[in-house]
Amino acid sequence: MSEWVDACAVDDVEEEDLIRFDYDGKTFAIYRSPDDDFFATDGICTHEHAFLADGLVMDYIIECPKHNGRFDYRTGEAKGAPVCVDLKTYPVKVEDGRVFIDVA
Amino acid sequence: MAKRDYSLTGPNASRAVETGLASAEWYHTDVSRKEMKALMKRSDGPAIRDTIIWLGATVLFAVAAIWLWPSLWSIPFFLAYGVLYGSAGDSRWHECGHGTAFKTRWMNDAVYQIASFTMMRNPVTWRWSHARHHTDTIIVGRDPEIVAMRPPDLLRLALNFFGILDVWHAVVDMVRNAAGVISAEEKTFVPEQEQPKAIRIARIWVAIYAATAAAAVYTGSILPFLIIGGPRLYGAWHHVMTGLLQHGGLAEDVTDHRLNSRTVYMNPVSRFIYWNMNYHVEHHMFPMVPYHTLPKLHEMIKHDLPAPNTSILDGYREMLPAFLRQLRYEDYFIKRELPPTAKPYRAEFHDVAPQAAE
Repeated sequence: MSEWVDACAVDDVEEEDLIRFDYDGKTFAIYRSPDDDFFATDGICTHEHAFLADGLVMDYIIECPKHNGRFDYRTGEAKGAPVCVDLKTYPVKVEDGRVFIDVA
Repeated sequence: MAKRDYSLTGPNASRAVETGLASAEWYHTDVSRKEMKALMKRSDGPAIRDTIIWLGATVLFAVAAIWLWPSLWSIPFFLAYGVLYGSAGDSRWHECGHGTAFKTRWMNDAVYQIASFTMMRNPVTWRWSHARHHTDTIIVGRDPEIVAMRPPDLLRLALNFFGILDVWHAVVDMVRNAAGVISAEEKTFVPEQEQPKAIRIARIWVAIYAATAAAAVYTGSILPFLIIGGPRLYGAWHHVMTGLLQHGGLAEDVTDHRLNSRTVYMNPVSRFIYWNMNYHVEHHMFPMVPYHTLPKLHEMIKHDLPAPNTSILDGYREMLPAFLRQLRYEDYFIKRELPPTAKPYRAEFHDVAPQAAE
């Protein structure tokens, strides 16, 4: 069952960047790619507790601010040490200038 | 007075977890997202330039030293070669391990592998140990990279200016890993799926050192070892000199890098060899910032940090008396003063262990 949640305005996220979004006690990360597409993943690194929103987006990679662990934020794939566990990703849609994510 | 146990599998390891010191939230100076993004931005240019200078000078000094061998005129060239091999390798290993030196991933990885070899640090094991060092910086029982444990073993520290104990342990670890054995301590921070990689690289290195030994026997000369492996001994002094200043004599078991790390202003040659790791508080607070923008970060946040030491000598004038005092009273540490513009230390997070400071 889908549960679409209004996460932010399109303009809240700069191109090739991300923001943190907290909902129902959980932290998500909302990304805007260089192609102007939006993506969403869990907001905390799978390696250790660090908020990905403080990290660096390079093309389609999010790099964790704590140990530089890298994920492909489109698929959640962990790209090598020190991260070994993939990030969970969430469906995203954009409607009327708002970004929605399916947190179900 | 309780004796400190720095073992990663001892009682202080579980104590750090129970008290919340392990994997804790650490203090960060406020920097806007826009400014931090600009600081974190990657580029290849500075590291390509510095790597060409580093490797180019390394090769030139090696060629000159070999050319002049066995004349005494070869000595200065060996000494310069040794520092580039056994000290500049340390900072290249460090920065490329973080993946911040270059924008291009394969360049980081290539320099990381070269520097890991020159420093005799297994690139797999040490990547994980350094991740732990950043998670739990100078947390007793958690940080595998505490160099100056209390009470400080001054003989060990002195011997390591010539890499003596480091190389001995590195060779033992390399041979053990090459035999397929991962130690209990290594298992605490190297995930199981990464362990075969550590074993594979150790076997390659053993083969390289065996070839070096064969060359030495065949030629009847120590020259092969003066070029490969030996510089980790006779060229180590600079990285030990600068590395000791990173945390030496400062607080343990705190969650504020301003208390347990030291920024030291250094001369340009040392900063080149050390790749700006003299900005060590800044590096630990924001490890995503590449070495070449650390001076800019320092200017932005120095209002919130203890005053830096003004030189390597100034750093040692502060650190060595603390080491000597810790020989008699191991709870002693240097508590660094903050400027009036800084946010205060949060003492409630820093009273876990019995401590004393001046």
